[in-house]
Amino acid sequence: MTPPFPFHGGLKTVRHKTESNRETILPGSVPERLVVPLRQHVGAIAKPLVQAGDRVLKGQMIGQPDGYVSAAVHAPTSGRVVAVDQQPVPHPSGLPDWCVTIESDGQDRWIERTPVDYQRMHPSDLRNFVRNAGVVGLGGAVFPSAVKMNLSGHCERLEQLILNGAECEPWMTCDDLIMRERAVEIVAGIHILAHLLQPREVLIGIEDDKPEAIAAMNAACSGTGYQVRPVPTRYPSGGAKQLTKLLTNKEAPVNGRSTDIGVQCFNVATAYTLHRAVAHGEPVISRIVTVTGHIAQPRNIDALLGSSFADLIARCGGYREGVERLIMGGPMMGFAMHSDGVPVTKATNCILAVGADALVEPPVMPCIRCGDCVEVCPANLLPQQLYWHARAKEFDKIQDYHLFSCIECGCCSYVCPSHIPLVQYYRYAKNEIWALEKEKQRAELARRRHQARMERLEREQREREAKLRQKAPPRAASPLDGATAGPSPAEPASAAPASIAVNVERSE
Amino acid sequence: MMMIVAIVALGALAGASGLLLGFAAIRFKIEGDPVVERIDALLPQTQCGQCGYVGCRSYAEAIAAGEADINQCPPGGQGGVAALADLLGRDPKPLDPDLGPEKPKMVAVIDEQSCIGCTLCIQACPVDAILGAAKHMHTVIARECTGCELCLAPCPVDCIHMQPISPTITTWKWVYPAAEARAAA
Repeated sequence: MTPPFPFHGGLKTVRHKTESNRETILPGSVPERLVVPLRQHVGAIAKPLVQAGDRVLKGQMIGQPDGYVSAAVHAPTSGRVVAVDQQPVPHPSGLPDWCVTIESDGQDRWIERTPVDYQRMHPSDLRNFVRNAGVVGLGGAVFPSAVKMNLSGHCERLEQLILNGAECEPWMTCDDLIMRERAVEIVAGIHILAHLLQPREVLIGIEDDKPEAIAAMNAACSGTGYQVRPVPTRYPSGGAKQLTKLLTNKEAPVNGRSTDIGVQCFNVATAYTLHRAVAHGEPVISRIVTVTGHIAQPRNIDALLGSSFADLIARCGGYREGVERLIMGGPMMGFAMHSDGVPVTKATNCILAVGADALVEPPVMPCIRCGDCVEVCPANLLPQQLYWHARAKEFDKIQDYHLFSCIECGCCSYVCPSHIPLVQYYRYAKNEIWALEKEKQRAELARRRHQARMERLEREQREREAKLRQKAPPRAASPLDGATAGPSPAEPASAAPASIAVNVERSE
Repeated sequence: MMMIVAIVALGALAGASGLLLGFAAIRFKIEGDPVVERIDALLPQTQCGQCGYVGCRSYAEAIAAGEADINQCPPGGQGGVAALADLLGRDPKPLDPDLGPEKPKMVAVIDEQSCIGCTLCIQACPVDAILGAAKHMHTVIARECTGCELCLAPCPVDCIHMQPISPTITTWKWVYPAAEARAAA
């Protein structure tokens, strides 16, 4: 067999790419007010480093990474911090999260930028630098890149480094445009990844409906040995596992990592930001966002993080008549926003306005077990079986069918003749299982703390009895023993500090 | 002669088996009652005592001994009863209404302005989740509070109240698809 090696299932979807990819990337503007969420990545929320009233410069770190899986957050422009509080963020819940609100001073003045020579750096220092530059996966999953750049413990050396430029979601064209216009810088970013990961080969996967991007990447890669590999246009070829299968014919084991099979996958836009950070000392403060759908002039914008969706839509000429829903991400995997007042984050690859005409939701009918979902599932699962168990809330059984291998691509929901919102069931079941797991951990903690308390009370009781026995003449011991049993009202002051001491010790 | 051989052989066999069993009883001794452990694992560990026993473990022991029923734990809710019924091979039954209703998860909050620092709540807390000292303000470590409400009664100035835990962006969950629920009904 020769590559590409097709993955199981998948779909030919409507494309709608030409709406937004005919124009070049619109350079960003600086809005008056930027709301920068401190959680723009998978993992622990960044710790705020500024407070209301502080002056900040463009590129200054305002959120410090907290823990290993975390990334820094930076000021997208210079100005004054007006608040560090909870603000609406692009999240399916519509709940607020911690954000730093910056009022621009209009000068857009950079902090001193310090590029580094990655070839002379210790790998661990380089990873730290990347983490502090806020580099995360810009394909939409926003996983901190520094973590993926550390192979220790998983495999000796990488077989294949894969650059993901497939961009299989309908409507979305931000990766297409960045490859067309910034291919040289993407390749410079790949050099850094290749230096750190030492792969045997570097493969760049791009869907074959992007001839301009393929040509630009081919030109930029000439002489580097990196191979640009067009892949058939079939959703979801841009899923990391699906692209890996397409390019290498390898599949990671269930519950395994891609590094188990010697593969690591990065988005092309991530490579670009990596290059900007290392070679120019510019942290991630902007990203390319596709603004498309029911919009006057759909286009890609190089938007500052923290700009509101409404700002971007206004720059594209505003909404067309009859917009019913605003989606972040593509139509297959994205989710609806509660308002357009939310800020652009590192995960905002696409803002899709959906008109009423496209929003026909036919009534949900019972499952007829036709098996169409099984045909299209790119993760080789049995979607109808998952559906039955999720519907019946049988969370043990659903895991026997590998619920957590589901990538929520939406292929099953797309083909379901009964219009069952299958992915919603899987999301629901995943959330419930995680919540139960957390609940169990909480209960375990409470059990341990209760046990420790009981032991402490017993010990204190024994100590009191021993003390009394020492003081009192042996003859009087027995009546006094009786008196000290139970809570001792005579010495609340001494009992309380003892419990406090234990409290303090444990809470640390 | 044959009879003696048979008696000796069987006697030796019995002796060897006895030794083997005796050794196994010591070598593979199980600490505690495994049923109690498994029941305890299903209980919510609020340590609230609403079941009438001191702490979840005592209730687990009582269930195992057949002294308590499986429907005495309001924090565990109907789901908890179902899990216990499943483990013990009994029929699930509704929660005992005399012991209080099933409530959403709560956390105790001390009004720090009114707290007089009497330490009574600290002594009542079954999981040491209240921090403070005599004549100093107390506060609840929310992460460790089980919502048992045992601190409410001892407070002489009634400065503790229970607050429902509202979902945050990290605890929020996708809901059960409603459209389908309607269609299925």
